[in-house]
Parts: sequence; C-alpha cells; structure tokens
Amino acid sequence: MAEKFLMPKLSPTMEEGQIARWIKNEGDAFEPNETLAEVDTDKATMEMTALKGGTLLKILKNAGESAALGETIAITGKPGEDISALLAEVSSNGAKAQPASSEAPPPEPAGQAKAEPPASAGGANPDTETANEPEVSEPAEKSERAAPRDNGRLIVSPIAARMAADNSLDLKSINGSGPNGRIIKRDIEAAMESKDQSPKPKAFEPSTVVGASPFRDENTSKMRQVIASRLAESIGPIPTFYLTVEIEMDNVLALRKQINANLADDEKISVNDIIVKVAATSLIKHPFVNASYQDKTLRFYEQADIGVAVAIDEGLITPVVRGANLKGFAEISAEIKDLAAKAKAKKLQPEEYTGATFSISNLGMMGIKEFTAIINPPEAGILAVGGALPTPVVRDGQITIRNIMNVTMSCDHRVIDGATGAKFLQTFKQMLENPVLMLM
Amino acid sequence: MALLTIRDALNQALREEIIRDENVFIMGEEVAEYDGAYKVTRGLWKEFGDKRVIDTPITELGFAAVGVGAAMAGLRPVIEFMTWNFSILAADQIINHAAKMLYMSGGQFNVPIVFRGPNGSAYQVSSQHSQALEAFYANFPGLKVVMPSTAADAKGLLKSAIRDNNPVLFLEQERMYGNKGEVPDDGDFTIPLGVADVKREGTDCTIVARSMTVPLALQAAEQMQKEFDVSVEVIDPRTIKPLDIDTIVNSVKKTNRLVVAEESHYFASVGAEISHQVMEHAFDYLDAPVKRLSTAEAPNPYAKNLEALALPDVAKIVAAVKEVCYL
Repeated sequence: MAEKFLMPKLSPTMEEGQIARWIKNEGDAFEPNETLAEVDTDKATMEMTALKGGTLLKILKNAGESAALGETIAITGKPGEDISALLAEVSSNGAKAQPASSEAPPPEPAGQAKAEPPASAGGANPDTETANEPEVSEPAEKSERAAPRDNGRLIVSPIAARMAADNSLDLKSINGSGPNGRIIKRDIEAAMESKDQSPKPKAFEPSTVVGASPFRDENTSKMRQVIASRLAESIGPIPTFYLTVEIEMDNVLALRKQINANLADDEKISVNDIIVKVAATSLIKHPFVNASYQDKTLRFYEQADIGVAVAIDEGLITPVVRGANLKGFAEISAEIKDLAAKAKAKKLQPEEYTGATFSISNLGMMGIKEFTAIINPPEAGILAVGGALPTPVVRDGQITIRNIMNVTMSCDHRVIDGATGAKFLQTFKQMLENPVLMLM
Repeated sequence: MALLTIRDALNQALREEIIRDENVFIMGEEVAEYDGAYKVTRGLWKEFGDKRVIDTPITELGFAAVGVGAAMAGLRPVIEFMTWNFSILAADQIINHAAKMLYMSGGQFNVPIVFRGPNGSAYQVSSQHSQALEAFYANFPGLKVVMPSTAADAKGLLKSAIRDNNPVLFLEQERMYGNKGEVPDDGDFTIPLGVADVKREGTDCTIVARSMTVPLALQAAEQMQKEFDVSVEVIDPRTIKPLDIDTIVNSVKKTNRLVVAEESHYFASVGAEISHQVMEHAFDYLDAPVKRLSTAEAPNPYAKNLEALALPDVAKIVAAVKEVCYL
C-alpha cells in the first residue's frame, strides 16, 4: 500500500530539513536501510534511509527544497500503485506537517451523555446508573477531557470564568482540562501561576521583546563582495563614510514637554529617549542600515537593538535597548535609566551591553554641536548626535530661530551605500521634525 | 460528656423534657408498656406513668389528631410514629391541621407538637417501610423538619423541637439508633433548630449529607484525603426546614464543588432544593455541576443485595466527589 514518506528527525534539534539531493529517483526500488536522499539539517548533511523496502513513487520535495519535520516529502509503495488519493490529501493539507497527535481520530462524543443535564422528568432516574455502578460513573474519561471545544464556543465553569475576569486572563488562551474541554478552576490557577512569574506591570505595558534580535542571513552578491573587499583595502577593516544632516528639533521638544507634563519626575523622558525610538523606527524601514556584514552573508536584523553609549569613569560602554522599535518612550526611557545606572555601578551583564544592531552616541548635553563616532562592529552604523541649539534659519524667506540638531551617521560601506544611508537619515529627520509620522 | 447511643440520647431528651415541663407527654403505638418499638421510650412509662406516656391503638390519623388538639389546648405532645412510613396515614393531620392551624386561626392557636420516629431504610423492610419522607413534608409551609445524625445532635435538637411552639417533624433513622457519640451532660443542653453543623472541615469539595449519609460522607472524606489528597468538607444541615443555606453556600464558595448525598429518592428531593439554592447564591463560585446521590428511582427492594445497590454508600459518594473534582 502506498504511503507518505515524512521528513524524519535527523538531529536532536532539527525542525526542518533541506533536501541536499535525492539518491533514488522516482521509480527506483529500495531496500530497508538504503539511503534515499541526503538532507541538510541544522547540524550537518545526513543520510535519510528507508525503514522498509519499496519503490519511490513520487518525489514531492526536490533538491534544495525544505520540509518541516513530519512533512510529506515523497510517496512510496509498489510500482504502478494509484497514489492520487495520497497526493490529493497532501496537497489539500498544503503539504503541511502532520504531527502524529493530530492524526488521532477526534474524540468520541461519548462524553456527550455525561455532559447532558440529568433528564429529570418522567421518573427516569439519571442517578440510578451512578448509584448502581459507581465504576460507570468514573467521571471525565481521559479521551473526553481532551475533546475539542464545542464549535469554538468556550466552555467555562462559573468560578473559572470569574477568576479569569478578576485576573484579566484571556480564556481563549487557556486550555480546558475538564469534560468537553471545560475550563475549570485548576486551569485558571495554572495560568495564573505562569502569569505570576512574569514581572509586575510598570507605568507602561511591557513589550514582548525577548533577547537579541532574530535575523536572517542573505547571501552576499558578487558585487557586494567586491565593493566590500575593495573599500576595505582602501580604508582599513571597516570602510567608513560619514553623512551629516541638520534636524529641526522644535516639534520634538514640544512633544517631550507634552509627554512629561503627564509623567512623574522619575518617569520623565529625555530627548535622547525620543531619538532612540525614532532611530529604531527608521531602522526597521531601512533594513540595510539595521544589518551587519558577515563576509559571506549580509545579516539583516528583525528588531532594532540600539546600543546607547554611556560614559563611565573607565571609559565608555554601550548598553543595549532591545527591540526599541517595539517599545514606547516611557519604556525606553525607563530601560536606559536602568541600564545607565547599572553601567555606572559596573553591574551590567554581558548580554546587556553586547549584540546591538545599531548604536547612538549623544554628546549634545555636553555642548557638542557636531562630531563623528566610531562604528562598533559588527554593527553597520552609529549616529553621532549633537546638541539641539538655537540657530538662525531661513523659513518662508524670513530669518527665524529654531533648535537645530546636527546628526552624523558613520556608515560601514560594505553594507550601507551613500544613498542607502541618506534615505535612512531622511526618514529619521522627517520623523523628528514631524513626530506625528511615527504614528504612521 | 457521656458516650451514648442515639437511642439513649433521644430517651434522655424525652425524660428531661417530661421532667422540665409538665405539659410534655408522649403518645404512640407501644411507647409505654413495651418501651417503644425501638426502645426509645424505654423506662419512661414506668417512671412517669399513664398520664405522660400513653399507648395508642393502631390509628395514626386518630392519635395524630388527638395530639394536634392537645397542642392547641396548650399541651406539648410528642407523637411517636413507629416509622415515618405510617405517618402517611396521618398526613392529613400533619399537613392540613398541624401545619396550617396557626395561619388559619389568624394566629390564635399555636400547635407546639413534635412528631417523631425512624425515617428511611432499615434492614430489609422492603418498599412500604423504607421511605425517606423529608422532602414530602418539607414542601409544606408551617412544618419544621429535623434530621439528626449524631447522639448529641439527636438530644439537643429533640429538646429544642419539644420547646418549639410550632409543629416539628423529627426524623430519626433506624439503622443509626445504636450509633454512639459523646453527649454533653448538661441537662439544659440544646441545639437550636435551623443551624447546620460542619462535621468535617475541608477545602476542595463540600458534601452535604444528613441522617444516614453523614457517617458515609465522613468515611468518603477520609478516603478522598488518603487516596487522592482531596480535602472534603462535610456539612450536616441537621434541620432541613428551615434550611441553613448560608453555611452550605459559604462552604461552596470556599471549595467550589458540591455533592449532596441523601437517602430519599432523586426527584424533587431536598438535595434538589439545596442544589438550586447553591446555584442561586453561589453560581459564580461553582467549578463543576452539583452532583446528587440518592436512593435508586424504584420502590426499595427487599432483597439484601438489591437493597444495598439501591442505597447510597461510601463508594458512590467517593465516585461523586471524584467527578466534581475532575479526578
């Protein structure tokens, strides 16, 4: 009988495998333990062998294609077998992984009768059964408990519903362990236990950022490799160039005033907090700036982990605000205050000052108008931020005073080209001059 | 404290009340010279004589009616039914006269009467003699219904029942007459009607039991603790009407789960009433549907094995507790 051949687990941590090459072709017979294909896992290239003999009827994943663990990659069986039903099944499932558990038949509606309220009329005693055969009344058989919810309608015991409401728990996120998937008290208690372990909410809703930014590596093109090597030869390990932009900060200063009017003294945000947020938001719009050169690949980060340079007695350290693009001003501000305090107390943990995707150095508060900063590899850029100083400018043909801030970005030319960097700075400038754009 | 059987505790209560109040007298079949069919009135006729302990013919309706009239005239009769099954013959006097006299006389006639005797199953006395009638009587306004489960409760509640100015139906259990328990020596010891007793404290599940099911529930609670680490609270309402629902509701608010174990039949039982009131007052606290255990929906069988199957027992209560605890 024809069967699906599923992507096997070839390494302990493997979640998907890429077919390196098929050793057997469609129509080839194979013996037990014979190698059918080579598969690239996260660890190494492994031989994928057959557990029993047969014929390779159809290859569904060709060399170079990936398949998740348990996903159908081929059909095996006897020569000439009709495999159309299997193919239809695979394609209707989008060839998605079919974990073994979901293949178990849906639980019998046997629990139905039990779940029904006792029929009270007509003298039939629903209790008789229980009374006479206690073993029959063994409640909530295992299969019944695992039953899916009824048409998506949540079944919740009253106390469980009340506890969930009191504790702001989303019932949809809780699995019911009672009959027919009923959510009962112990399920809520379990959910509360796991909730209690998360930190107490502060003045802001904590974002969901955990740890360093995930990333994807893209093969470097030939051109990018040439640019990299040529420019590096010319100027040293990191071929740096600089882009400077003038930014009118009046709107940001007004915004900050508005925000701080509503915050307690120890919660007030700084201009730098806003700059961090705006830089992070801009970085997400310009992935080439939120990237790093990795020789054979360019690494693109999915979140903006911003290193914020902090001067300490011994020198300089850049604690990292993880996922600053996902956080609000208040959260960023609180985090920077916390990190800076730790930096000054020399209590920063390594993961708190390494692995940024981009950095900002701000010397504005020390009276610096303009400067250049040195890139902290493997990041591709750093912003050197000067002070927002009252400056005469021409607006609508009139000379007027505005708070102008000079920002210079140092760019790793192996990743960032002049125009790429300039576009990033344009976005950065536009957002600071019109903070409302951050809402877009 | 003295260790007494329920039978002797009831006897003490009767004796003390006969001594305490000259208006108290006992009347029923075989209560005097024979010392009572179940020996609850043992020695009382010898001690107090014909005026206080009166044998009647086998005429339930007749002597119940004499009792109601005597109560209206200011005496405090204690009417013994040999079993509550025979009270059905006197139901008109109990329901239509004792229960309604105060109301229909515009408050002129109190009926301070106690009807008492064994209720529920005995040992193989078959269909007509094994009935638990508390739900039947509790349905009628004007009647108080009391069901003790221990010797102390039996004594304290019977004394309160005799002193009460309204008709009280006092339902004992033949199987329990020999059960022993500590009873306070104090001659004035009483237990107020309408107050439930927590027989065992627990946190995970409440069992409401009465009369015969109380010792069964306590054994089930012990077993749940030992085998499943489930802490069961056992509540005995002691008085069915007026019902101390607050104690039950407060317990359910703590445990979130309720089993009602009773000896009567299932339909329209006291357990149904308790389940409803808990739903009404503690709906938001329930974690599982209330589970009720009753005697099988059939006339009680004579055959020993069938009788055992029909009645609630420890294993059935344990199964019910496990069910509401989702075990």
